[in-house]
Amino acid sequence: MIEASNTQIWIIIIAMGIGTYVIRFSFLGLIGNRDLPGWLLKMLRFTPVAVLPGVVAPMLIGSTAAHSSDPLRLSAAMVTLVVGLLTRNVLYAIVAGLSVFFGLGALIG
Amino acid sequence: MQHPRHRRPFVKGALGSLPFFIVVIPFGVLFGVIATEAGMNLAQIMGFSVLVIAGASQLTALQLLTDHAPTLIVIVTALAVNLRMAMYSASLAPHLGAAPLWKRAFAAYVLFDQPYALSTIEFEKHPDRSTADKLSYFLGAGVPLGITWYIATFFGAVLGEKIPSDIGVDFAVPITFLAVVAPMLKSLAHVAAAMTSVTLVLTLSFMPYGTGLLAAAVVALAVGALVETWTETQGKAR
Repeated sequence: MIEASNTQIWIIIIAMGIGTYVIRFSFLGLIGNRDLPGWLLKMLRFTPVAVLPGVVAPMLIGSTAAHSSDPLRLSAAMVTLVVGLLTRNVLYAIVAGLSVFFGLGALIG
Repeated sequence: MQHPRHRRPFVKGALGSLPFFIVVIPFGVLFGVIATEAGMNLAQIMGFSVLVIAGASQLTALQLLTDHAPTLIVIVTALAVNLRMAMYSASLAPHLGAAPLWKRAFAAYVLFDQPYALSTIEFEKHPDRSTADKLSYFLGAGVPLGITWYIATFFGAVLGEKIPSDIGVDFAVPITFLAVVAPMLKSLAHVAAAMTSVTLVLTLSFMPYGTGLLAAAVVALAVGALVETWTETQGKAR
């Protein structure tokens, strides 16, 4: 259970709301339509593949992961990746991964 | 009709975002359930989902609150989870930067992972679309999902203990991210960036407050750009 007071909780909510918004607005708001150098644009095009795998990896194999190296989760992740690579379709990859996780999970118990 | 032969961009974005509903709905419900079980009231739970609108950081804050972490630590750690969005903001600026300030200000509110990822895929396919079309696509991909996030949170909070919170719904998040990334791995440069990101983030896991992820991502960006430059020169040399 949470022991923080209602005021403390609201301070956290509002600070996180403002902070998250400032992070999101940052470059979009400040750069506007000013031209960025070519090398920077080239780098920025790799943002999704540079960020998302780094978010996922610790959830699956990191020392801090709640279910570190759980074979069921790892195989579901592999299936998602392979189906995504083969079909280039986000929906198929999600459905395949979740089916393995919940289907196989139910079978194993 | 502006686009006689195409779907309107907002609708196209909204249709593209449909697969994410499978993930956002259970994840939103999960947040509502856990937050209720932890003792938060409905206004606070909805305050989180409406003002912060970022699931991973909301769950992080909740976790720290139940662990009785000091207020400042909760704020800093949960915000660090969202720092990646500054990179999203920078990467969308070339596409949406020419839009009026108030529209960019609204777009920033729904700048979370799924609409961001969808939009980058769409904008790479059609770089020459107008800023207005790109913005509509982005909002189409983000607004319905955002509203669904509110509704899912609300149901989770109201139904509370009637829903089990330990069936592994959290795992839907890494699955979504993998499903988004896999189709993007279309060149050696993209694969190299992804591998760099994974390797470095695991190596740098000792760094506090998610700063390891930021460092890993910046290096991965550079690796991606360098490998692409290298493959381009190889192609020309042949």
